[in-house]
Amino acid sequence: MTVLARATEVTRRYGDVLALDRVSLDIRAGELVGLLGPNGAGKSTLINLFTGLRRPTSGTVELLGGSPRDPAVRRDIGVTPQETGLPEALRVGEVVDFVSAHFPRRTGRDELLDRFGLRDLVRRQIGGLSGGQKRRLAVALAFAGEPELVFLDEPTTGLDVEGRRALWDGIRAFHDGGGTILLTSHYLEEIEALAQRVVVVGHGRVLADDTVPAIRDMVGVRRVTLSADALPDLPGVLGSEREGDRVHLLTADPDRLVVELVRSGTPFSGLEIRPTTLEEAFLTITAKESTLV
Amino acid sequence: MSSLVLAHTRYQLLEQIRVPIGLISSAFFPAASMLAFVVPFAADDPMAATTATGSMMMVGAMSASLMGLSISVAQDREQPWNGYLRTLPAGPLPRFAGRILTTMAVMLLAVIPVLVIAALFTEATITVPRLLLGLAALLAGSVPFMLLGLLLGFLLSSKAAIGVSQLLFFPVAILGGLFLPLRVMPAFVQAVSPFVPSRGAVELVWSATTGAPADLVSVLALGGWTAVTAVGAAWAYRRDEGRRFS
Repeated sequence: MTVLARATEVTRRYGDVLALDRVSLDIRAGELVGLLGPNGAGKSTLINLFTGLRRPTSGTVELLGGSPRDPAVRRDIGVTPQETGLPEALRVGEVVDFVSAHFPRRTGRDELLDRFGLRDLVRRQIGGLSGGQKRRLAVALAFAGEPELVFLDEPTTGLDVEGRRALWDGIRAFHDGGGTILLTSHYLEEIEALAQRVVVVGHGRVLADDTVPAIRDMVGVRRVTLSADALPDLPGVLGSEREGDRVHLLTADPDRLVVELVRSGTPFSGLEIRPTTLEEAFLTITAKESTLV
Repeated sequence: MSSLVLAHTRYQLLEQIRVPIGLISSAFFPAASMLAFVVPFAADDPMAATTATGSMMMVGAMSASLMGLSISVAQDREQPWNGYLRTLPAGPLPRFAGRILTTMAVMLLAVIPVLVIAALFTEATITVPRLLLGLAALLAGSVPFMLLGLLLGFLLSSKAAIGVSQLLFFPVAILGGLFLPLRVMPAFVQAVSPFVPSRGAVELVWSATTGAPADLVSVLALGGWTAVTAVGAAWAYRRDEGRRFS
């Protein structure tokens, strides 16, 4: 598969702060990659390097076979602005026209606004939009130039559930049409719902890079949930949490745990064994990393 | 390329028109100075009134370029939208050009009240060709102030830009002879005057509007200032790239 964006041994410092530490990453055509990491992990710096806003301190960044610093190369990418920064005085249609003017291939204004449910707002001033509407406009702008590769930084932050689903549909439609996406999100649910590949970054390094199920399995932890009044000491419990009469136990070996539980003769009911969520996997990976540092 | 300059100019103009406070302050100050300094003291003599009107046009142009540009560029740099604009496929030229063209438009609008006051309350006289020539001289003479505005805007925070541009504006305007005729000034001011950019700029305007010969040293110094501020603005722009933490 063609590589659309590539970082090779990239390091970026801001003064004494090491934001990225010898990161290598390929984004291939047609992928939908979720970039996951706590605040300050280096996600935004990585996106800033790929979109030409920053230069790496060392290492190389390639975008569509060229340098992201070259404006001509950036004709085939789309980026979301932060919705807090949209020019308040302009109308929705005007800002779309302004952004579109930069691209040789353009999505028609009406079609673009339709796709994100903004058609009726074309004459409205941006300052008068709700937070959710601004967010949708910001994401729509990333698609104004019929891009091959789109960088979506926190696309659904601040949206209600319905708005988020609508935006997910738009992102999926772009991906189904062959588009490539690099997505960051605070919502792990979002990465789980959209991404096929997950890149976990922490402390400026890539900690894991694999499919969503593989990242979950990598941690190898299962969640055992049951209802019981009191539990004996059980082997291999990594963590436990009580929620009403339900008890959640995290373990690497659920079979042994259940066997021991039955052997102990403790009465229980409603036994469930589930794979951990991406969130749990993510916390485990980044926690492991911080104990190493 | 030129369509991008157009898009950026249109965008800047829309912002100016929708939030017209910049426009109003640019127009108010020279008009108020006109009423305070020119109408009471120089209204009766056609030559003095015409010259003073030219000075007030320059005051307006200087304030729009030096203060207007430095503050708006510094404010924009503090907005996340600025980072987004830099990811769009365009170099710095369309944005520079859009800003300069918009500032020129603001300047020409700010001149209107000055001209109206001059026509109604003074003996200032001018022919249409000389007026057009004077406006062209005004735009040309403002270039170093626009470049200085860009330089300060790229270098400073918006709060610092407000202070520094005002701090520069008044001494430079006074030394250039914009507020009071130079012949009533102390000798040291008259000695320094040809070397400040406001003097060369207003010499061009005076010469274009009244036909009086421009002071050569002042005009040469203006050329020097234009070159220096151009280098400074380009340096500050490059330096600005990649400086913000995020």
